[in-house]
Amino acid sequence: MKHKVIETNIGIMIVFVIVAISFGTLVELVPLIMGKQVSEPVAGLKPLPALELEGRDIYIREGCVGCHSQMVRPLRAETERYGHYSVAGESVYNHPFLWGSKRTGPDLARVGQRYSDDWHRAHLYNPRDVVPESNMPAYPWLFDDEINGETTGRKMAALRKVGVPYTDEDIAGAAEAVDGRKEIDALVAYLQQLGTLLQTRR
Amino acid sequence: MASFWSYWIIILTTIMIVGTTWVLFANRKTDDSTTERTTGHVYDGIEEYDNPLPAWWFYMFVITIVWAIAYLVVYPGMGNYPGLIGWTQQGQYEAEVEAAEERYGEMRSRYLAMPVAEIAQDPAVRKMGMRLFGNNCAQCHGADAKGRYGFPNLTDDQWQWGSTPDAIKETLVNGRRAVMPGWESVLGSKGIAEATEYVLSLNGRETDPGKTAAGAKHYATYCSACHGQDAKGQEIFGAPNLTNGIWLYGGSREQISHTLRAGRNGVMPAFKDSLTEDKIHILSAYVYSLSN
Repeated sequence: MKHKVIETNIGIMIVFVIVAISFGTLVELVPLIMGKQVSEPVAGLKPLPALELEGRDIYIREGCVGCHSQMVRPLRAETERYGHYSVAGESVYNHPFLWGSKRTGPDLARVGQRYSDDWHRAHLYNPRDVVPESNMPAYPWLFDDEINGETTGRKMAALRKVGVPYTDEDIAGAAEAVDGRKEIDALVAYLQQLGTLLQTRR
Repeated sequence: MASFWSYWIIILTTIMIVGTTWVLFANRKTDDSTTERTTGHVYDGIEEYDNPLPAWWFYMFVITIVWAIAYLVVYPGMGNYPGLIGWTQQGQYEAEVEAAEERYGEMRSRYLAMPVAEIAQDPAVRKMGMRLFGNNCAQCHGADAKGRYGFPNLTDDQWQWGSTPDAIKETLVNGRRAVMPGWESVLGSKGIAEATEYVLSLNGRETDPGKTAAGAKHYATYCSACHGQDAKGQEIFGAPNLTNGIWLYGGSREQISHTLRAGRNGVMPAFKDSLTEDKIHILSAYVYSLSN
């Protein structure tokens, strides 16, 4: 078979192109998707409670992932600064994952319990109040806006469809747990649980 | 990895490498001497050359294939095959950590054996401490350690929980939780206003004498248990001195009255689970050195 046959027959060309480009996916992705390593949670991992889940959605809405990664790489320079490197089992309930790829601000994978709730509130209200050299935007509206719990249960049900083990009680109690809470409470609750399952002394 | 997936990777990778090699060699054209230098098709008078690949390009391609094979022999890539040199990502990380431990560990444990007040004078310790402070403490206390609203200044003489090396270290290891209750339900807004006047008077500020006298009674009943009869504070409760004009939450009449009304709950996180003992020791020395 010569060039000409392939190049002048678009059907054959399409088949060959698909075969050629699918090798990478078949070799690098498919075995991982099928493997245990990425589907087995680390010890103690639980689905996010209602308030934290709403906090995660605020994290997504405000675009935090655009400037903050949640992925400590296995390099000493990173583990000295942030703590234990991230492992796949910590992310199995993340849909979508929020690893990010841009660090305008610091990595947040292990920010949970590192600062007090008050610090987070002061910092999110106006980052310059606590860190004068910060270039992070301020988020004052989080202190005024209230969460509407109407969709929280539905979000949980959707996540359950993709494998997050929410129980019926979780879903039934979701609206009540978040209704009327301020958005800042949800975001701080979300941040305070990040990466707390793998604690090492560095 | 299950052996099925291991073989899957090995077989597909092999097919890919062999296939690429075959495509390269099967389509190779080396004979440059024929007169047939074009592909033969003509569009609008434009012809396409059918020259052989340039030799350097061809050999670069061959080198990439040889490189791929060598790489897969030396490093892990073929399913569960660990590679000739047994490299792992985790192994590399651990070696890196171990090398650093070898380099700095001995020095840090030497400092750990020495008292905080003594090593606080050592420039090397201060430099290390400054770096640790920048990563762990500066977010709240500021890069200059002078604090911010709600987060104490570490360079002055006001020490809520004690200024001795041991007290500082204890603060770092176990953290602190300050509990100032809100007094509105007990004192009412009139009582809060009176107590505010009294606290202001302790700092030599101009106050209403009648309210101040009433406030003094409130103080003796409710406040002196923690802040002391003389209002100079008690480190055991983390109750600050109210007479020195240093205010963590602001010293205006409104701010003091708000503190009295709603209470304050400052939190210093514990570092015993996140930093090693030798680093906490060095950090304590750095903080001690800021005011000594």
